[in-house]
Amino acid sequence: MEGGIWVLAEQWRGRLSDVTYELLALGRELADGLGVPLQAVLLGDGVKELAANLGRADAVLYANHPALKDPLPEPYAEALAQLAAERKPRAVLVPLTNVSAGVGSLLGERLQAPAINFCKDVLLKDGRMEALCVLYGGKIEAAIAPVAEPAIFGILPGSRPADKGRGAGAPAVEEAAVDLSPSRVRFKRYVEPEAGDVDLTQQDALVGVGRGIQSQDNLELAESLAQALGGAVCGSRPVVDQGWLPLARQVGKSGLTVKPKVYVAAGVSGAPEHVEGMREAGLIIAINSDPGAPIFNVAHYGVVGDVLDLLPALTEAIQARKG
Amino acid sequence: MNILVLLRMVPDVVEELEIAPDGNALDLDALRMILSESDDHALEQAVLLKERHGGKVTVLAPDAPEVDDALYTALAKGADRAIKITDLEEGLTARGLCYACSQVLRSTPGLMPADLILTGAQAFTDLDAVVAPLLAYQLGLPHVGIVCHVAVDAAAGSLTVLREYAGGVRAEIEVPLPAVVGIQSAEKPPRYVPVAKVRAVMKSQKIETAGVPVIADGGNALIQVTGMVKPEAAGHAEMLEGSPEEVAGRICEILAARGLLQEVR
Repeated sequence: MEGGIWVLAEQWRGRLSDVTYELLALGRELADGLGVPLQAVLLGDGVKELAANLGRADAVLYANHPALKDPLPEPYAEALAQLAAERKPRAVLVPLTNVSAGVGSLLGERLQAPAINFCKDVLLKDGRMEALCVLYGGKIEAAIAPVAEPAIFGILPGSRPADKGRGAGAPAVEEAAVDLSPSRVRFKRYVEPEAGDVDLTQQDALVGVGRGIQSQDNLELAESLAQALGGAVCGSRPVVDQGWLPLARQVGKSGLTVKPKVYVAAGVSGAPEHVEGMREAGLIIAINSDPGAPIFNVAHYGVVGDVLDLLPALTEAIQARKG
Repeated sequence: MNILVLLRMVPDVVEELEIAPDGNALDLDALRMILSESDDHALEQAVLLKERHGGKVTVLAPDAPEVDDALYTALAKGADRAIKITDLEEGLTARGLCYACSQVLRSTPGLMPADLILTGAQAFTDLDAVVAPLLAYQLGLPHVGIVCHVAVDAAAGSLTVLREYAGGVRAEIEVPLPAVVGIQSAEKPPRYVPVAKVRAVMKSQKIETAGVPVIADGGNALIQVTGMVKPEAAGHAEMLEGSPEEVAGRICEILAARGLLQEVR
């Protein structure tokens, strides 16, 4: 199927990722707008049955190879490059997740094609594709146009609702052969996260702390608020890297995805890596001293101020109200 | 071990970013540059490995404002040699940087063969490429990225690393040396060095420079920035103003109106 829009159907541990459906929804818009087919490319080892879930695509291209068993960018990019060189898609949408990280960059290099990361959207402008990219930790948005095809777009999670990419259709599945060199790195085993004392995904209320909390001692302020709300404290990557919170409390790209009823973002800047883990919270209240913090783009309510003042004030107000 | 660390300066996003008059780039004069966060972790990991296994750490960084400070700081933290990469094309993309770096690595005496090349797993300036896998591809070396733990098996000539996936799940991956590893976070937070120690290093050690022999077209021509905006931060959120007490009272009302205070056990 020449000239179509391709979506790399990310599968991890035998399951299609939600981001796959988000990309299918975006890909559908582009394919319809350009009048070309939408094709899902499913790569793996013994995962052909997943193709039946890719009904939003017109067709599924499936390549099976033992080297595609483990999620490593090199064999995935090599397989995609071989398929794309023959079939010449106009664009390849690749999820910008930890599972697929590096695939788009390597594919662009192998095909000597433009590759664009951090895309939150891809739009058609006068019949040409243009990416809207989130740069500098969310502080800048840039419109970037590829000047050649195929264009490789690395798409951030959240570009479209996943439900829009689920389809009941039964797409035609074409199996394609790929010739991959054996990987030089050896995938040994998965290491499951140690269970924390609380399951963040089950909390109705979360107080998410970021670098703005300044020190481990100040975590008490967040703990008190979480207690008043009947919830728990979680954090963004820098706080966990500092050792102030355990890994089981990390929300974002490498950590957990949470959907509490209320999420108080305290001193969290709102980098895309954190936002993807909490953007679906029912109510997001952000407190940050920087009026330009990108967290205010996803929050429902925002406060420009010092978390060290606001956290205790809020805890006190809630306690007073409860009597 | 002979360890190379590729460092990059990025805009400090805590400061206000300004867009240049042409609307297609940041105003470089208005920027404060700092070391990219995951590169700082890569440096820390390199120094930890040197302390544990001996060897030499060489840091390389493309020329940029404040880069000398970052390189002297790296020396003060325990790096042995610092090289500033000069004569780079202006507005070089991450992909172009990979081409330039792979050339410098090949042409500068004493760098290759290295046992291990570390760099940050990602920088928020990586618009057109993630550097670690691309550099590995250009150098013909194996690669693992998004790494948060590195253990060396000197006898086997390999590393066992932990690579992050999602949901807190990690994977143990073995990679033969030499290799390129993209560090997400070091085992420990990057160390602090007192300014006095950095000043002492400035007097006792020198930063070398290495020019890029041939400027290849690093994929810069393949993408075009057509516009840049600062997203209106308050565009989505309703901003609450007042004293901390006033704001806290208002948030309480919002929570109560949604039934979120009654649910407290």
